[in-house]
Amino acid sequence: MDEFVNLKETELRLGLPGTDNVSEEIERVSCNKRALQGDTENETESSMMKMETCPPRKAQIVGWPPVRSSRKNIIQTKKNESDSEGGRGVYVKVSMDGAPYLRKIDLSCYKGYKELLKALEIMFNFSVGEYFEREGYKGSDFVPTYEDKDGDWMLIGDVPWEMFVCTCKRLRIMKGSEAKGLGCGV
Amino acid sequence: MNYFPDEVIEHIFDFISSHKDRNSISLVSKSWHKIERCSRKRVFIGNCYAINPERLIQRFPSLRSLTLKGKPHFADFNLVPHEWGGFVHPWIVALAKARVGLEELRLKRMVVSDESLELLSRSFSSFKSLVLVSCEGFTTDGLASVAANCRHLRELDLQENEIDDHRGQWLNCFPESSTALTSLNFSCLKGETNLAALERLVARSPNLESLKVNRAVPLDALTRLMSCAPQLVDLGVGSYENEPDQESFMKLMAAIKKCTELRSLSGFSEVAPLCLTAFYPICQNLTSLNLSYAAEIQGNHLIRFIQFCKRLQRLWILDSIGDKGLEVVASTCKELQELRVFPSDLHDEEDNDTAVTEIGLVAISAGCPKLHSILYFCKQMTNAALITVAKNCPNFIRFRLCILEPNKPDHTTSQSLDEGFGAIVQACKGLRRLSVSGLLTDKVFLYIGMYAEQLEMLSIAFAGDTDKGMLYVLNGCKKMRKLEIRDSPFGNAALLADVDKYRTMRSLWMSSCEVTLGGCKRLARNAPWLNVEIINENENNDVMERNEEDEREKVDRLYLYRTVVGARKDAPPCVTIL
Repeated sequence: MDEFVNLKETELRLGLPGTDNVSEEIERVSCNKRALQGDTENETESSMMKMETCPPRKAQIVGWPPVRSSRKNIIQTKKNESDSEGGRGVYVKVSMDGAPYLRKIDLSCYKGYKELLKALEIMFNFSVGEYFEREGYKGSDFVPTYEDKDGDWMLIGDVPWEMFVCTCKRLRIMKGSEAKGLGCGV
Repeated sequence: MNYFPDEVIEHIFDFISSHKDRNSISLVSKSWHKIERCSRKRVFIGNCYAINPERLIQRFPSLRSLTLKGKPHFADFNLVPHEWGGFVHPWIVALAKARVGLEELRLKRMVVSDESLELLSRSFSSFKSLVLVSCEGFTTDGLASVAANCRHLRELDLQENEIDDHRGQWLNCFPESSTALTSLNFSCLKGETNLAALERLVARSPNLESLKVNRAVPLDALTRLMSCAPQLVDLGVGSYENEPDQESFMKLMAAIKKCTELRSLSGFSEVAPLCLTAFYPICQNLTSLNLSYAAEIQGNHLIRFIQFCKRLQRLWILDSIGDKGLEVVASTCKELQELRVFPSDLHDEEDNDTAVTEIGLVAISAGCPKLHSILYFCKQMTNAALITVAKNCPNFIRFRLCILEPNKPDHTTSQSLDEGFGAIVQACKGLRRLSVSGLLTDKVFLYIGMYAEQLEMLSIAFAGDTDKGMLYVLNGCKKMRKLEIRDSPFGNAALLADVDKYRTMRSLWMSSCEVTLGGCKRLARNAPWLNVEIINENENNDVMERNEEDEREKVDRLYLYRTVVGARKDAPPCVTIL
């Protein structure tokens, strides 16, 4: 099983036309998973690894799946087009109070708030605390907020995910005293 | 001694067209060999480096039609460097020099230059047919020379080539006197097309049966084309993302209605659902349908269309059709012989409920008794399903299953898919081509070696445990011609066990496996009639200068093939021939 890890290390990656860049966080999980009997421990470990790495993109293996470039290009184009057409998958700016520069993320990469927040935590190296429906985020100085279509700053997590993705224009991770107004106990 | 005069024997040989049979005839006796080779018109060369053009011409002086293949199959998936080889130029030069009366040239995965096309167009006055599949290296200028100079051109068929489109006037280059066209396919051209020139060409080609245009031919142009070519049998349309207005739609439909001979439909790289419905009038006549580039069309539109295609024999589609869609195919298309289901989502990211699973495959196998070829991309599979498919369809000639995630087990039992594929090879006694995927141990290869007696081509990826796997195949499959393996733990022991086996095979490809440089060198020493090619990324790798330690280094890509003409001289720096 470990042979596959070594093979991947010696493998040289060629960028395929029209595909995404190979993400830095290369996931080796998909190649290493071997459902051997009695190996359930490893399976749980691998699946846990999978959840922690965001965004959940699988490693790109050269020449896999065995589909010609002409087909790959068309599918990629379709994906990009439909992502932007529907208004979903729109890249939004993320700012964090105190950080020197902003980031951008693609909301359509995430299936829900949990994944989004995890990604933000990793990106900005902070912790967001726990979300409570009535009190907001507790246990951290940081509060995740977003600006909606009306220009109002809202707490992330209140509305259903789908609605959030459609109405979110940008994200801001508030810190400190300013955060208190939105985050805790109002 | 022959009982009949040579001319009579030659006449009898005329009835024998298959390459295999003609090759067999030539082995009977010296006299038959001579008669056969002097009368042979069509030659197929599966590996352009197995022989050279001079020897070909010497043996077959009456050559009229030549088919050549260059790069190995995995070049389709970017595993072979662009500059690897497969140049057609020396062949055209030699054929021209020997004044061969070439009429037809069919090339696959070869490098073709404008210079080659120009030379071709000027050297063979009876040239009739040019078919280029997955080739590269030329531009529309080359096409212009072919159009201008090949006075008797009947067929120009360009499939999935990488062509530099200079947006020139190549279609204008067909002389006004050119009226013999029967087939014109330029669907792979990316640039704009001179519509007026195209329409004039089609209008003066009454024998045109096959027309496949590229994306740049809009709806109104298509309507006009179909109106002046109602005799069309095979049509490839362009790209229509916008819904047509009422008037355009009616005109299109009227033109389509007149095409009563239309049997094959393809293209549709973008098609608004309404445009598809314009083809309803001729659906029931269709025997071949390729919607595999139509990524925009949703499953329900596809299903509504296919419901009318009762005579379909060949269907290429995207997995957006879903299991439900395949069930509709199974109940409608009783004449179906070949099915290809391509993936619409390559990275297994979407929790796509509409993609196909083992359910669709089983439904097809149950509903389509004439099915003999299948290419199926899916995200999951089970042994039970494969066993059922094997029972339903023992007539498979080609069975290619690609589970998108490498090493994925049976999703209901978590076991390997050895038993499932084992059932396929056991039941399908005529199986000639097989691609396996999912979690597989050495056992599946034991089954393949035991049962797949007619197997000629096998593709293996991320499978097996030890050298035994590959050995089972090499020892068992007597008819094996092409074996291609990637990312599997097979090494020197398997590679070297039976060197003579490679005499009976066209080629072997191994990439990201366990074979070492030392093993490859040993093979090359023991088999001088093989070209053993090592393909590296690094141009500066002088493989021959390596010392002992490096011999243990694993080889990234190995491609070996039998040849009667020794090491080729046109290999690029990244290829070392041992």
